[in-house]
Amino acid sequence: MAASEPPAQVAREATSGALTGVRLGRATLSWVRQKPLGAAGAVIVLGMLLVALLAPVIAPYDPVRNAFDRMHVPPSTVHWFGTDQFGRDVLSRLVYGARTAMLVGLVASFIGASLGLMLGVASAYFGGRFDLFFQRLMDIFMAFPLIIMALAIVSIFGTSTHNVVVAITVPFIPRCARVVRSSALAVRELPYIDAARACGFSHARIMMYHMTPNVVAPYLIMLTAFLGQAILLEASLSYLGLGVQEPTPAWGLMLQGGAEEYAESAPWMAIFPGLAITVSVFAFNLFGDAVRDTLDPRMRSTG
Amino acid sequence: MTKYIGKRLLLMIPTLLGAAVFVFLLMRLIPGDVCELRLAGEGAYADEKAIQLCREQAGLTKSLPRQFFDWVWGMVRGDFGVSMWTGRPIIYEIGLRFQLSLQVAIMATMTAILLAIPLGTLSAINQDTWIDYGVRAFSIAGLAMPSFWLGILIILALLIGTQALWGTPWMPPIQYTPIWVDPVANLSQLVWPALATGYRYSAVAARMTRSALLEVLQEDYIRTARAKGLVEHLIINRHALKNALLPVVTVIGIEFAFLIGGLVVTEQVFNLNGLGKLFVESVGNHDYTLTQSLVMLVAFVFIMTNFVIDLIYAWIDPRIRYR
Repeated sequence: MAASEPPAQVAREATSGALTGVRLGRATLSWVRQKPLGAAGAVIVLGMLLVALLAPVIAPYDPVRNAFDRMHVPPSTVHWFGTDQFGRDVLSRLVYGARTAMLVGLVASFIGASLGLMLGVASAYFGGRFDLFFQRLMDIFMAFPLIIMALAIVSIFGTSTHNVVVAITVPFIPRCARVVRSSALAVRELPYIDAARACGFSHARIMMYHMTPNVVAPYLIMLTAFLGQAILLEASLSYLGLGVQEPTPAWGLMLQGGAEEYAESAPWMAIFPGLAITVSVFAFNLFGDAVRDTLDPRMRSTG
Repeated sequence: MTKYIGKRLLLMIPTLLGAAVFVFLLMRLIPGDVCELRLAGEGAYADEKAIQLCREQAGLTKSLPRQFFDWVWGMVRGDFGVSMWTGRPIIYEIGLRFQLSLQVAIMATMTAILLAIPLGTLSAINQDTWIDYGVRAFSIAGLAMPSFWLGILIILALLIGTQALWGTPWMPPIQYTPIWVDPVANLSQLVWPALATGYRYSAVAARMTRSALLEVLQEDYIRTARAKGLVEHLIINRHALKNALLPVVTVIGIEFAFLIGGLVVTEQVFNLNGLGKLFVESVGNHDYTLTQSLVMLVAFVFIMTNFVIDLIYAWIDPRIRYR
């Protein structure tokens, strides 16, 4: 589908490995001009990643050290975003929280979309009974509420950042597999796939080297769309107490408990973590939208 | 058409059965069971015999296939059994909360429809103007803002606003009152969670309305309508919008199905006793029968919604014929 669209060229140039630095730079520049909003999103995302990587350098205080002589300090020049009910610096916790958010967001989206890619391609390639069975299986997973999945995973394996990633990854798989499968079905009918079969290539080789490269567009679209969703889901799960646990700094966790209890007397505790979530998801969505428009201008946003 | 409906209904059975197997096994993978938790929870000493007796009463000593079969057969006959934790019938436990969750879901959907379709339309007819940018910013922000944070902000705004207006802070009531008993008390509690979830929901739907309408406005028949001098609002309302609504119906339906079981977070913020909260509690209590029934309910609503969407498709668009 998207592979033959002219606007896809820019992105394909940007992603294909055999490019000189100059051409890559030029392709990026023209993409920035065409999609200023997407570029702005990408800049914020890069900024967030930088903050996450350099957290120890940027954070003015230790994010987990309690200081009971400085509880509920309002924002000031000493504590820019104030302190929480344990006297911990909110800004430092936000900075370290970016690590959790970026880690969960990137890992869950990448694994979820990639597994979806493999399953989607395999389902389209083999077709027949395998495809039918696989589609019903995906139906079951889609009908299963995410929160229940997360609850069950957390009850079985306990709460940890790893398990949050698992809980968020699982529901992404069928969503990506569906979209990839529908593109892969069209690719499967192309003559060169038959040619590859005639050459005696193995199924694995045909799927990997001949089909997958042609469904990269829907894969990337889903991947970028998942990034923002994963951050939102992590925040929701942590907020419910099913995700990242205290004292690890995480944005959703910061909104739990104290933030609600002291919302009136210490609103900074509730406002800044929420803003951090909103801004980062906003940026990821802007970037994702631009990627989608570039790779496939006809594909509608499904939210 | 009848044949199609029959086929679709039949196809639901394997999916529901799959969901049943899945939740059944998943629940039993969780270490510990309801009897251990009830008798020996919190570190209390419990007689091994008492736990065994409790397990027998709850039917946990039977073989797994037997338990599964009993449960599914019960559901087929319309008997969902009793909650392992409270001992009350599951129908009663769910019925208590279903009302509340359904009302919030319906109100959020209404908010979404009332906001999304006019906003999306405005945005599409004024493409690349300030109106369009405004609506798009509104909807992208709606997608990015966690609903629980919006909930906290709403509560905060209510507290500060009422404090400033009347001198005493006001909070939405915590006790649920059915709408037919006291509509004012009911709405003053449930309007806020409906708004908090409705915002995100309307953002999703507004984006869809905009892009679908933009696509339809490119069609030849719209140009024809304009060429014959039809008034613009008739072109939009009668010709364009009708065709653009198909994908909008899909998103609204899917989000609605999600809302029935997915209100966990919003219920937490507003302290509502709905299905989501029941879910969390029942998993925590290892209440197999209740959790299983809840999952089946959500899966059923999800599958049914998809089915109804397809039927609405055929109703809105006469070109679609199912066989």
